[in-house]
Amino acid sequence: MLKKKHLALLVSAGSITLAGATTAQADTFEDTVNRGAVQCGVSDGLPGFSAPDDDGNWQGLDVDVCRAVAAAVLGDADAVNYISLNAVERFTALQSGEVDILSRNTTWTTTRDTTLGLNFTGVNFYDGQGFMVSRDLGISSADELDGASICIQSGTTTELNLADYFRANDMEFDPIVFDTSEQTVGGYQAGRCDVLTSDTSQLAALRIQLDDPEASVILTDVISKEPLGPVVRQGDDVWFNIVKWSLFAMINAEEYGVTSENAEEMLDSENPDVARLLGQDGNYGEGMGLEADWAYNIISQVGNYAESFERNVGMDSPLEIERGVNALWNDGGFQYAPPIR
Amino acid sequence: MIHNKEVIPAQPAPKGTIGPIAWLRGNLFNGPINSLFTLLGLYVLYLLVVPTIQWAFIDADWVGTSREDCSRVGACWVFVNARFNQFMYGLYPSSEYWRANIVFGMFAAIIAWMVIPRLPFKRWVAVFALLAFPVIAYVLLHGGYFDLPRVSTHRWGGLMLTLLLATVGMVGALPIGIVLALGRRSNMPIVKSFCVIFIEFWRGVPLITILFMASVMLPLFLPTGMGVDRLVRALIGLTLFQSAYMAEVIRGGLQAIPKGQEEAAAALGMTYWKRMGLIVMPQALKMMIPGIVNTFISLFKDTTLVMIIGLFDLLGIVQAALSDSRWLGFSLEGYVFAAFVFWIFCFSMSRYSQYLERKLNTGHKR
Repeated sequence: MLKKKHLALLVSAGSITLAGATTAQADTFEDTVNRGAVQCGVSDGLPGFSAPDDDGNWQGLDVDVCRAVAAAVLGDADAVNYISLNAVERFTALQSGEVDILSRNTTWTTTRDTTLGLNFTGVNFYDGQGFMVSRDLGISSADELDGASICIQSGTTTELNLADYFRANDMEFDPIVFDTSEQTVGGYQAGRCDVLTSDTSQLAALRIQLDDPEASVILTDVISKEPLGPVVRQGDDVWFNIVKWSLFAMINAEEYGVTSENAEEMLDSENPDVARLLGQDGNYGEGMGLEADWAYNIISQVGNYAESFERNVGMDSPLEIERGVNALWNDGGFQYAPPIR
Repeated sequence: MIHNKEVIPAQPAPKGTIGPIAWLRGNLFNGPINSLFTLLGLYVLYLLVVPTIQWAFIDADWVGTSREDCSRVGACWVFVNARFNQFMYGLYPSSEYWRANIVFGMFAAIIAWMVIPRLPFKRWVAVFALLAFPVIAYVLLHGGYFDLPRVSTHRWGGLMLTLLLATVGMVGALPIGIVLALGRRSNMPIVKSFCVIFIEFWRGVPLITILFMASVMLPLFLPTGMGVDRLVRALIGLTLFQSAYMAEVIRGGLQAIPKGQEEAAAALGMTYWKRMGLIVMPQALKMMIPGIVNTFISLFKDTTLVMIIGLFDLLGIVQAALSDSRWLGFSLEGYVFAAFVFWIFCFSMSRYSQYLERKLNTGHKR
């Protein structure tokens, strides 16, 4: 792990100078139009975020970002070349121009945003460390975990976050440490602890693998910040804006109640917000070099944020992650998009 | 003196020394300690085999389309079934499978033609396999010519990619390895030191490092837009790495040929290439079959390392399939399937090499 980190640092250190030199002349938008496809870097397999389905089509929340950009730029959500990247090579692939968007479960941090020659365009999933408990215990909030025995994977930041959280809240806990995530689940399953902790998106994937998933619940409280979002190269503001507003369009669509099903009817909507979003009242794509129907293409082909969320990680998927902090701002969550006007 | 003039007719062996019971007594129960170990061994075998068969066959679920069709008592082969095409072709578009199938078919036909001794024109088939087949395979798989839709290499995967990597690695590594081995034994200092440095460099670095360098570092040193396809990068890295190993295997064979052979050939007035090609190499390569096949088998299994640079070989695509949220928790089935496919290929290679050794055995076996 340590070695990997070193390699990553080395690679990023070596690339800082290069990235500055290579991005100046980049015109990603034009390249994409000429190529007829968006080059999108995704994870090589992460439940709910990016994985090929039975027919070999990529599916997931991160994949939908790529599809949204393709719909906005090219009018076809399927015009995406998916390139699977592992954690070490993901930034190099973006810096070297192998991919134009990195939508790979990447946590937005200062170091990454400021020193790698990259820009984060937004947050498509607010992840964070959460807890899974047995339904029988009747616990509904993390405050009630005083004195619990907690299964945890050793040597991860999860362990540190946990200690910090319990100390800050003046609570006791009994850590039961395992080496791998499989062992941790095994320990939880065998009843060696009351609680299992990990990132919430991962907890959901672990929960399915239990013998009786229904007997466990994931608490909505999170104790750490892991904002995950798409990344683009620094120095190409047109492309940056396109990726940024593709996600915003999906979030705005949810807020205004536009879905992939009703998008066509909504074209005649009287609501000025909807009319502007769907390009019926002025062309708000012009500043990005896009057609007026850019957002309509995203919504009709990919869906709004709620649809994407529920389909991939939410209640319509096996993961059954609750919206929680990923709900809209007017619904108790963090998801907020600037208005289109 | 009494002479018996008649030959005593041949008698069957005594009853106690033939038949299954005698075999059992001779091999499994000759003495109390061996009998004890035999029984113990049988018991351990029983403990292992019965639950495995129970899991893999008797309790297993075979038909269906989703995880709901699996009882989860035994193996869920439904998963492998649903993903079978993906395991074979990766993310290759399903409407274009026929192209991969043609290449698969031609590949199998060429192998069969080379392996079955009775078939004629081996030389021409070999020339076709080395010169025409790669071009045909590239045109078919990659497309972009003759109205075939283009399928870029990041969609290639599964067993198809594993076979491609292994075949290109083997076909490329053998000649490069021979040249390197000859170069290392050469008297010319520049040639010799080049070969030594090349071999020691590639052999001194783990394959995983080479693949990482090829995928992470190389793109940074190339100008933007001049991206070398990542499959090509992996192929070059794999071939050069294997050729270094191959060179050392072949050098071992060359050293086992007595110097007199080459000197005798030189005395007949043969040039260097004739001496090597007609006298030394045929003897050395024959002796080196186990070593060469060993390298090939390890190469075949090493191809799974391309997973770490984001290429979906057979193992990689199995792992990607395991991370589909609709199929979480079937890792055992996936890995058993991958292991089985790898075993089939490696075992066939091993059997063929044994056959080849017997066929080429001219009584020099030491």
